[in-house]
Order: sequence, then structure tokens, then C-alpha cells
Amino acid sequence: MLAESLALTAALFIIGVIGVLVHRNAIIIFMCVELMLTAVNLTFVAFSRFYGTAGQVFVVFVMTVSAAEAAVGLAIIIAIFRHRQTINLQDINLLKG
Amino acid sequence: MNFDLTMPAQLTSALGPDLLLMGGAMLLLLFAGWRPESDEHQRTVGILSMALCIFTMVAVGYYAYAGYTASVGVIAVDNFRWATDEILLIATLGTIAMSLDYNVREGITPGETHVLLLLATSGMMILAAARDLIIVFLGIELMSIAVYVLVGVNRRTERSAEGAIKYFLLGAFSTAFLLYGIALVYGATGATNFVEIRANIVRFSLEHNGLLLVGIALILVGFGFKIAAAPFHMWAPDAYEGAPTPITAYMAAAVKGAAFAALFRLWLEAFPTLLYIWHEAVWWLAAITMVVGNLVALAQRNIKRLLAYSSIAHAGYILVAIVVGTSLGSAAFMFYLFAYTIATLGAFAVVVALGRPGEDNMNIEDYAGLWSVRPGLAVAMAVFMLALLGFPIFGGIGFFAKWYVLQAALQAPFPQTRLAVLLVITSVVSAGYYLYVVMVMFMKPRTSAVVPARPSGWTRAVVWASAAIILIFGLFPDAIVALTQRSEPSVNTQPASPARGHVAMQSH
Repeated sequence: MLAESLALTAALFIIGVIGVLVHRNAIIIFMCVELMLTAVNLTFVAFSRFYGTAGQVFVVFVMTVSAAEAAVGLAIIIAIFRHRQTINLQDINLLKG
Repeated sequence: MNFDLTMPAQLTSALGPDLLLMGGAMLLLLFAGWRPESDEHQRTVGILSMALCIFTMVAVGYYAYAGYTASVGVIAVDNFRWATDEILLIATLGTIAMSLDYNVREGITPGETHVLLLLATSGMMILAAARDLIIVFLGIELMSIAVYVLVGVNRRTERSAEGAIKYFLLGAFSTAFLLYGIALVYGATGATNFVEIRANIVRFSLEHNGLLLVGIALILVGFGFKIAAAPFHMWAPDAYEGAPTPITAYMAAAVKGAAFAALFRLWLEAFPTLLYIWHEAVWWLAAITMVVGNLVALAQRNIKRLLAYSSIAHAGYILVAIVVGTSLGSAAFMFYLFAYTIATLGAFAVVVALGRPGEDNMNIEDYAGLWSVRPGLAVAMAVFMLALLGFPIFGGIGFFAKWYVLQAALQAPFPQTRLAVLLVITSVVSAGYYLYVVMVMFMKPRTSAVVPARPSGWTRAVVWASAAIILIFGLFPDAIVALTQRSEPSVNTQPASPARGHVAMQSH
């Protein structure tokens, strides 16, 4: 079972990475990051079948922190939307050099 | 006293300074929200925050002086932690002092800005103490989430929001890598505690376990983003330029220092037996970071971007100390962190002092002929640039910082001669942009008729205190050296360097 769970989580994680690299919409990028975190949580749960509860405790921490991160992240996305009326990263390019 | 970390009461006392800062920050948050936003209230909150920082510094100093130790557990109680804490708190103090008047100038009225800095610092202090991967994760996130907000705190400007969104997306992306790495290391070893990880690697002879190696690589990628090491540095210049200048100073000095401290402890305490694997990876990371940071910095014309690339280059120099590893490396690491933090704070304080509303006056050319209108600031900026360059005497402790890293690299059990040579060559390259700033200030004629206003008292205090520390300890580095030599992590399994006895650090 472990091999199958790990293959699933690795696939989820890689889908998330590809999504972050391919998409240019801030919200979709953020959703892909959340997908990566979900893959991490599944990995922890899969391993904690063998090693006891430490992995499951970690999952609770990850979920709490990613909720806090989502709150801050969406606020930042709204802030940029108020200035530019877009959240497409290709159009957000004041800073360069 | 030896804390038994399995007892909740003793764990609480072992976290004393961290809890003092967190508890104080919560009270200040209440106080900040108590009255409507105004410049005066923002100032009051800022001054109280600085007082809390000083209290915490005293508490950390007391813990270090009392020589507390602890059983092996989720956090470490050792001098490495206290030394890092003091450096981080100095950086926070300087940042708050700079932002008192900067916030008034830029119209950032919420007093909560200062409290967020304190919360980020408490995350960093946890990171410096972490001896368990769960605590590392919590510390990094506590620090990062507060800093994401701080980068975007100036809601009037689009640049601030843009810097924040770039920093946030790449920061969250890197956190996911770090976490996946942690999950794989946990899967391979069955432990999250550094000491247990090391023991299990030896017990089950996991040196060639694929899961573990992939996990370590992913953790290195995650940390590479946080410390802005090339090739994971793309976010840094944009986030540094977009953020309010005092926050940029904070990111360059404190955020980076805390991530480095956690990386150093993780590598030395959890994976010393895998030295041959991560050694090569960190070696290349250091080499690429030094080269990329210094070369790209040459092309910069905005002072904040220049300092951003300079901070990337310095991450490379600090990585050299991590490659060395040993107790000599740990002393060099701590000294470098101190020197770099002070010089960076000072340089950004000058940028704050010369800035105009709307983040104007940020091009290096705007500093032309500064010597003729504000000689004091020009001299101070020259000291900071020379300190970052590592120039003898006029660069003060900056010179000794580089000297000790070189020394550690050459005296290590596996001498890092090629890295040392690369460090010297890239430092020579860095003269190209540090001395350019000095040349513009002193030798170019003044182009604009505007005389910069006299900077406010707090900003001046940061500028002069930083310059004084650099020059005075540059003449008498022994005091700091003696402190840093006692600041190695308490579980150090590296073979001690045979040359450690005759510490050639005194040969200045």
C-alpha cells in the first residue's frame, strides 16, 4: 500500500509544481501550491501508518498554517487587484532590472 | 541549570525569551488597535516595541550568562541560539527605529506594522532554537507570513503590492518543497527530531536510501529560496525593491540570518553522517551564488536592487562557512552574520535618510556629490560599502568577517581552497559596484539643486550606531571573536579541526 500512496502523492505534487510553472493567474498558482501541500499531507498520513502519530500531528500543523497563509495570500491578491484590475502575473511588471 | 524538555514547565522556561517577546507582542497588538490610526500612535507603538526588543535582548543575555543547558528535545538551549537571537533582535531594533519616521513620510499609519515585526522576530527566534523539523516548519511560517504582510504594508503604492505578491507566491511555493522534503525525511528515518534522525540514519544504515536523499535535496531547495541563494534568488530583487525600505533592510539582515541559522543546525545535527552528499550540493550553491550575485550587481543602477544583489552575494559567502561546517566554521558564520547584519542595516538606514516621499531618490546617480551637501551621510555610507566589500581598517569588522571565513575554509579538515579562491575573486569583482557608489558620492558633481533634508533623529541614530560598531569592533575584533567562538551548536559531531587551538584569528 505504501508504494501506491507514495506514487499518488508524488503525482499530485508534480501536478502542483507544473501548475505553478505553467499558469500566470495568481489565484490558480496559489491553488496549485495548495495542491502541493495536500500531497505533503497525504505523504505524512501514509508514513504515519508505520511510525505512529507524529506524522498526523504534522498534518494538523500544516493545515493550520496553510489556512493562515491563504488568508494573507488572498489579501495580497486583492491588494494588487485594486491597483491593476488584473491578477495576471504577466501584466504585473513594474519591478525589473 | 539543565532543563528537562519532556516536562512542560521546564520546556516553558527554556523558551523564556521567545515567550516574553510573543506575549509582549500580543499585548502591544491590543494596544495598537486600541486607538484610531495616527502618526503619533504609530510612534508610541514603535517606541514600546523597541523597549520590548531591549527587554528580550536582556533576557537572552541572562539565559546565555546563566549557562543553561537542556536535555535533547524539540528545542536547543545553547550559545548558538543565544548569539543568533541577539543578532536578530539588533536587526529588529534597527528596523523599528528606521521605520518610525519612514512610516510618517510614506503615510503608513497603522501601528501594527511594528508589532508584525516583533511577531516575525519571534518566529525567527524559534527557528534559531529549532531541533525538530516540526519546529523548523512552524518557525519559518511564523516568520514568513508576517513578512509577506510587511512587504505589502504600503497599500498606496503598486510597487509594494507587486513585491508582496511575488514574494508570497514564491515563498509559498518554496515552503511546499521544504515540507515535501521534511515528509520524505520523516518517511525514511521515522523521526522528526534532529538527534533521532541522525541516530536512525546510522542504526538502519540509510546512507544510500533514495527517499532520504530526495528529501534532503528538497529541503535544500526550500532553504535555498528562503536565503535567496542562486539559482533560487529570482524573487529577491523584486521583493526587496517593492518593499518599504526599512522592511527591505529587515529581510536582507534578519530573515536571511534566521534561515541560515536553522540550515546550519539542521545540517550539522541531523545529517553529519551524510556529509559527502550535501557537501557537494552546498559547495555548488555557494559557488554559483557568489558568482551570480556579484556579477548581476554590477549592472544595477537602483540602490535597493544593488543592495539586494549584494545580499545574494553575501549569502554565498555565508554558505562557504556552512560548507566548512566545523566549530571554526560556526565561529566564522556567527561573526559574518553579525558584521553583515550591522553593515546592511546601516546602508539601508542611509537609503531611508536620503529617500523622498513615494520611494523617490533611489538611483545611485541621485547620490552624486552627496559629499558636498551631507558629508556625514556620505562618509557613513562609504564605511558601510567598504564593510560589505571587506576593506581593511575603513571597512572595520567587514574585513575580519571575510578573513575568518577564509581562515575557516582553509583550516577545515577538508580544506576548501577552490571556494576560498572564488571568494577572494568575487570579492574583488564586488569592489566594482561598492566603490562605484563611493565614487559617485565623493567625486561626481552634484546634479540636482535639492539639498536632502536633515534626517530624523532615529534614522541618524541607526546610521551612527552601525558605523561606530563597524569601526570600533574593526579595531578591536577580539571581543566579538571570543563570543562567536563559544557559540557553536551544542550537538556538534563534526571532527574538530586540528588547527583550532592556535586560532589564527588573532593574527590581525
